[in-house]
Amino acid sequence: MSGNHPGLSNNFIRSGEKFEWSKENLKEIKKIISKYPKERKQSAVMPLLYLAQEQNKNWVSIECIEAIADTLQMPKIRVTEVASFYSMYNSQPVGKNLIQVCRTSPCWLRGSDKITDTICKEAKCGINETSEDNLFTVVEVECLGACSNGPMIQINNDFYEDLDQESTKQIIENIKNNIPNKIGSQKGRKSSENA
Amino acid sequence: MAPKREERVLKMLSDQDKIFQNLHGFEDAFLEGAKKRGSWSNTKEILSKSQNDVIELVKSSQLRGRGGAGFSTGLKWSFMPKDTGKQHYLVVNADESEPGTCKDREIIRNDPHTLIEGCLIASYAIQATKCYIYIRGEYHHEYVQLEKAIAEAYDNKLIGKNACGSGYDFDLYVHRGAGAYICGEETALLESLEGKKGQPRLKPPFPAGAGLYGMPTTINNVESIAVVPTILRRGSDWFKSIGAENNTGTKVFCISGNVNNPCTVEEAMGIPLKELIEKHAGGVEGGWKNLKAIIPGGSSTPMLSKEVCETVLMNFDDLRNNGSGLGTAGVIVVNKNHDITQVIERFAHFYKHESCGQCTPCREGTGWMFRMMQKLVRGEISPEQLELLENVTKQIEGHTICALGDAAAWPIQGLIKNFKPELLKKYNQKRKAS
Ligand SMILES: Cc1cc2nc3c(=O)[nH]c(=O)nc-3n(C[C@H](O)[C@H](O)[C@H](O)COP(=O)(O)O)c2cc1C
Ligand code: SF4
Ligand code: FES
Repeated sequence: MSGNHPGLSNNFIRSGEKFEWSKENLKEIKKIISKYPKERKQSAVMPLLYLAQEQNKNWVSIECIEAIADTLQMPKIRVTEVASFYSMYNSQPVGKNLIQVCRTSPCWLRGSDKITDTICKEAKCGINETSEDNLFTVVEVECLGACSNGPMIQINNDFYEDLDQESTKQIIENIKNNIPNKIGSQKGRKSSENA
Repeated sequence: MAPKREERVLKMLSDQDKIFQNLHGFEDAFLEGAKKRGSWSNTKEILSKSQNDVIELVKSSQLRGRGGAGFSTGLKWSFMPKDTGKQHYLVVNADESEPGTCKDREIIRNDPHTLIEGCLIASYAIQATKCYIYIRGEYHHEYVQLEKAIAEAYDNKLIGKNACGSGYDFDLYVHRGAGAYICGEETALLESLEGKKGQPRLKPPFPAGAGLYGMPTTINNVESIAVVPTILRRGSDWFKSIGAENNTGTKVFCISGNVNNPCTVEEAMGIPLKELIEKHAGGVEGGWKNLKAIIPGGSSTPMLSKEVCETVLMNFDDLRNNGSGLGTAGVIVVNKNHDITQVIERFAHFYKHESCGQCTPCREGTGWMFRMMQKLVRGEISPEQLELLENVTKQIEGHTICALGDAAAWPIQGLIKNFKPELLKKYNQKRKAS
């Protein structure tokens, strides 16, 4: 069933810390709500979940859910339902770099298994686990919509494409050494042109 | 019936007939570049046609939906009620989550103004003053590009109040999904937009009668909408001159898997599959003789045997006549170095994971089929069990609220249809070994 990343828990937990919208986000919320009809504020629940997640170090706590319910005048259970239906809302803290490896057939046909192995080895992190240094969380996911550039992974917001073991290793290494990575194709393609 | 060989000779798509002149992002994706490519050049004039005329022109171009089902776009628009006094909506489906599919992504990030202008024109035709583009959550970079292009369009008064000086008011918003394939199903998408779990609705009512917020709504794929401005600019006859009757126009294909150069490319609708692979994707890895099978239209379309791949045309009707479908035109090539059962097992895993759980045949069936596929991979399925598996796929097909049930059943049916002797051999070998 739909829901959180396979293996990552689907139960939202309390962080024990108060969650209050930042000033900028309060402004942003106004803008978001204005996109939907006045009596249909609930439509803003997904964008607000993103906003809360961003403000809350990349995961959604029960405190975040309460703030959203309050802002949108929605029952808490409805917000929780939505948060748990969609895989991109993290129900628990994740490492600084959430690595999602695409495992679906088009990427698998081009060696995604080897990419997963390389990442686990280099990041010192099992699948569905967070590394001890809290730098990485690794999950396997279904097709990310970049199949002509497979195998590929997503790290936080960015796609890394046309991977092989060598380039994958380099990406992890760079993160460890705080060197910015070049996003997109690792084989020098602009996008998905025939090259 | 497949057309005869002589009828297959097609006019090749010339560069100037390509609708997406910046599909790969080598030029400026934004307004200045878009204008150079012809976008927004006479939108006001287009909007001075009657709404009915716009619908008729799109109908006569024979454009069929690019989101999977291939339904006539103009006809779909004509189902919208007229002058209801209600808020009408256009909703653009940019959820793009069917494995093998990555074409809308290129349109959105590299040629977003084709889509934005299309949204305005399509909305005008169906009397919608508001449009939402629902984009899959993982496409963050594409979302940023799109928002930037929309802001430009507002700033230049191309959309918003009195769009392009036409007197028509039009607002365009982007809504991000958050990782659920099922939200690509049009009614699940509406639920999601309304701030709920993305679970498909029972139809009827159809969206044209009661869609988003209960209002008349049309849902179209990104590519369906993004080609509209060019059709109106160059004429439906031009569009119809490419491809074949009822299978017209250009089409963006995504080629993935075991080819030498996986790529996304705009070609003439109906290009022979073999030519598509050889000309644009550098051929099959290990050569054409190393081809095992091709899945022609995204994960849910049944695979084609090598023999069919030799001659089949990449359009709606020829693929249907050959037991498959154009679907999203995501061409997944599998060569002989891979175990074909594993390809389908992975898809089975995908559908199990993405079932929304509302109906029993799908919720239970996708899980059961996945477990059977795991056994099949291991060579543990007897001839009787294989028959049972095939039967179950047929019991799921057509018995669920939405087409995800069908989508999960078809790949397995395609596997059994094409490779039954091989699957049985696998079982016997395993038995001999143990
Ligand atoms: C499970 C499922 C997933 C779908 N995913 C998509 C999708 O990601 N993008 C899309 O355009 N259509 C998708 N569709 C098809 C839509 O329901 C709808 O038919 C389409 O958006 C209509 O647009 P068109 O007429 O322009 O093709 C999906 C359908 C099903 C059953
Ligand atoms: S067929 Fe599957 S995905 Fe579609 S509504 Fe039923 S359970 Fe949900
Ligand atoms: S299969 Fe990996 S991106 Fe589509």
